[in-house]
Amino acid sequence: MTIYSIIFYFFSTVAVLSALMVISSKNPVHSVMFLILSFVNASGLFILLGAEFLAMLLIVVYVGAVAVLFLFVVMMLDINFVKLRHGFLQYLPIGLILGLVLLFELIIIFFTNKFINESNINKIISTESEFENTKNIGLVLYTDYFYVFQISGLILLVAMIGSIVLTLRDRKGVKKQSIYIQVTSDSSKAIEKKKIKLKEGLDV
Amino acid sequence: MEYLLSEYLPILIFIFIGFFISLGMTVFSFFVSEKNPDKEKLSAYECGFEAFDDARGRFDVRFYLVAILFIIFDLEVAFLFPWAITLGKIGFFGFFSMMIFLIVLTIGFVYEWNKGALEWE
Repeated sequence: MTIYSIIFYFFSTVAVLSALMVISSKNPVHSVMFLILSFVNASGLFILLGAEFLAMLLIVVYVGAVAVLFLFVVMMLDINFVKLRHGFLQYLPIGLILGLVLLFELIIIFFTNKFINESNINKIISTESEFENTKNIGLVLYTDYFYVFQISGLILLVAMIGSIVLTLRDRKGVKKQSIYIQVTSDSSKAIEKKKIKLKEGLDV
Repeated sequence: MEYLLSEYLPILIFIFIGFFISLGMTVFSFFVSEKNPDKEKLSAYECGFEAFDDARGRFDVRFYLVAILFIIFDLEVAFLFPWAITLGKIGFFGFFSMMIFLIVLTIGFVYEWNKGALEWE
């Protein structure tokens, strides 16, 4: 057993165990933490495959941003733990069907090589001689895959606008700070001098 | 694949040392330390009162919006890395391909700025 396979089994074991903990832990916040652990181990597996850029992207995007988003969702949902267990049997058939479909797909991928185009994969994943995986992606992504790249930009635009449309709403009765008015105001409008005569008050 | 392992060896050593130190601390403190369990030790303490509510409360959806916008620009930056190191080889087509991508996202940025999504009330 080489050191390579020892490291592979270490990462994959921790990834599978933490994935099991994601679905079995009672506290959803703990689930998200185990999900982060699973992502980190998956990025270790990516590095073992030679896909360095994907590994770093997994750390930056998934661990850095998506996991935070999941935490927000978990915090915002206001989960009642007793109610959460309630519909378990009701949703069990759908969950089982989805799980079986996924398992079937995995079996198909495992027993056939039809889905893999060897020449394309060798182009992306770095070979022994060439170490720079990120460079290989950059050479094809912006020119050969121009349309796919622009479509991904449009998808990001749609996501941006969609999230604003869904969540942003004007709230009445909230005092907003207008920096323009604040900066352009002068002392003659803000301060008023009054002379007060002796033994007489002042109506404000 | 041995060349990859040699490149990432420092990170790997770091991961293993961190893993075994934290594992050792947990396991040893579980077996060695003195245990004196009490129900009151696990109960919530809130300034001398009994805790009257769950710690889990709803909060503003605006935090979520900020997080989504962060992810979108995070992905945009991720696309910039391979582009930046291959800019000499992919030529003008690659350069303007990225410029179109950036313009599309800048339209979204202008939209969210004008909508006031970046402001906090």
